[in-house]
Amino acid sequence: MEEGLTKRLFVKGNEAVAMGALEAGCRYYFGYPITPQSDIPEYISREMPKLGGQFIQAESEVASINMLLGASASGARAMTSSSSPGISLKQEGISYMSGSECPGLIVNICRSGPGLGGIDASQADYFQSVKGGGHGGYHIIVLAPDSVQEMYDMAMLAFDLSDRYRVPAMILADAVIGQMKEGLTPHPYVAPDDLETKDWALIGDGKAGEQKIVKSLYLGDGELEAHNNRLHAKYAVMQAKEVRYEGVDLDDAELVITAYGSTARIAKTAVRLAREQGMKVGLLRPITLFPFPKAAFKEHTSAGQKVLCFELNNGQMVDDVRLAVPGTDVSFYGRAPGAGSLPTPEEFLDQIRNHYEA
Amino acid sequence: MTEMKKVFSRPDSLKDVQTHFCPGCQHGTIHRLVADAMDYFGIKDQTIGVASVGCSVFLYGYFDIDVIEAPHGRAPAVATGAKRVHPNRPVFTYQGDGDLAAIGTSEIIHTANRGEKLTVIFVNNTTYGMTGGQMAPTSLPGQKTSTSPEGRDIGNDGYPIKMAELLSGLEGTAYSVRVAVDTPKHVLQAGKAIRKAFKTQLDGQGFAFVEVLATCPTNWGMNPLQANERVADEMIPYFPLGVYKDATE
Repeated sequence: MEEGLTKRLFVKGNEAVAMGALEAGCRYYFGYPITPQSDIPEYISREMPKLGGQFIQAESEVASINMLLGASASGARAMTSSSSPGISLKQEGISYMSGSECPGLIVNICRSGPGLGGIDASQADYFQSVKGGGHGGYHIIVLAPDSVQEMYDMAMLAFDLSDRYRVPAMILADAVIGQMKEGLTPHPYVAPDDLETKDWALIGDGKAGEQKIVKSLYLGDGELEAHNNRLHAKYAVMQAKEVRYEGVDLDDAELVITAYGSTARIAKTAVRLAREQGMKVGLLRPITLFPFPKAAFKEHTSAGQKVLCFELNNGQMVDDVRLAVPGTDVSFYGRAPGAGSLPTPEEFLDQIRNHYEA
Repeated sequence: MTEMKKVFSRPDSLKDVQTHFCPGCQHGTIHRLVADAMDYFGIKDQTIGVASVGCSVFLYGYFDIDVIEAPHGRAPAVATGAKRVHPNRPVFTYQGDGDLAAIGTSEIIHTANRGEKLTVIFVNNTTYGMTGGQMAPTSLPGQKTSTSPEGRDIGNDGYPIKMAELLSGLEGTAYSVRVAVDTPKHVLQAGKAIRKAFKTQLDGQGFAFVEVLATCPTNWGMNPLQANERVADEMIPYFPLGVYKDATE
């Protein structure tokens, strides 16, 4: 354990995710500057050399995700980070990583779009993140931290899940979570017992008689179909075993509020204010956006509860909520990318009151 | 009875399999030269090959080495990631002209410019072979292809790009050479160049680039002999053979 690792720190979310990644053993970072995530490469360019790792500022987002592919195929824990327009450029490589089952961490500190959009916080990349993003019909693991502490913790979790399933993992945050400073208690990384040696990867001093191939091309009759079915079987296992969510005041809730990431922080305050005013409402905060907490939504709407979904977009996660609980009354309130300011707890509280009393 | 001595055999680095290459295609010759170089240095079990997209994608089917398959044009970036993780393992890419000189120009230029200690084998046959003979960044002026049916028009399509010369202008490039495999003499020269490109990497001297002029009889609409003659008659005059940079001495 590094000295001072349990000392309470006051840092940005972007720094926390970088710290967590390095503590988890990430020794290779490849990236390209873009607002509002540049604190991540800046931090890592400073700290990685002290750990004997490698930092490359690549010529493009395209190159950096492919460097990640190469490092991952070589058996290393490695990462990249970017923001929305840069993540679009990385989708080619993410598809190839998915097809060739290369683990790795991709951090998306979302900004507004479409196109160059703006640099303010947005949750408009939800669909791109959880539905595959690139070509070919795959999924990646998507984690949505709502605090600086979770940025640190989830960097570790992302690497563990990614290595366990050989599926790339994304931390999906936004300018609010990335840029805000709050308390962080770092802690040593402890590797899960079940993580296996990457004997599929090009590790060690050579192949020692057995050729290692990392590829996504399958041309033989039926090979690709079998490969895709195997990938989707892994997604089904993740759906059964790896769902994470936070529940607040759900036991007697008549109205279930749902939100993730930065929006969930605002919603938490709004739910508390509503409780103070006697409204029986609770919060269901998805932490894994893929796999999505479908069963939790079923459980907490089984007695006819209504759902109200808050997002910083024009309605994306709400579609997955509706798919999870068909027949349930699911409403949506969001702010389009580029709203310029965040919704206030009072703004959400008004929405809660309207839906609670309806 | 005279005892027969074996004087020529398949390199250990090549598998004993049939290739998918067309009759008269020179990928097979170039594969052999790369395998000879790995055998020469005894690095078969350490080497990582990075396959690209096109006819060279089946690298892992023919070389008995570890292979990562890269997206189109991205082999130098993938190789960079692998080499940074395993600085003591030889890493090479094997790319065609569409892959390296069109969609992958950014990756090859910046990988060379960083001086990555890699070996790059660039097979220039002036066409997109796998996709059916479309115009390549190296297609010659007037060359008829499936997407330049009237011949490459410099006014519309620009000029065939000379990668060995272009990369020789970068500080990070240690060795840049253009060779051909159309005659026995040229094959021997190409073999030496490829061996030197691996030695450059093994000695830690920087980025090494070998451009190999090659045939694509199928997409050129020629028989193998005609195709081979075209290398001498049309390609070499535009793409002169030679060492464009050697900073290894």
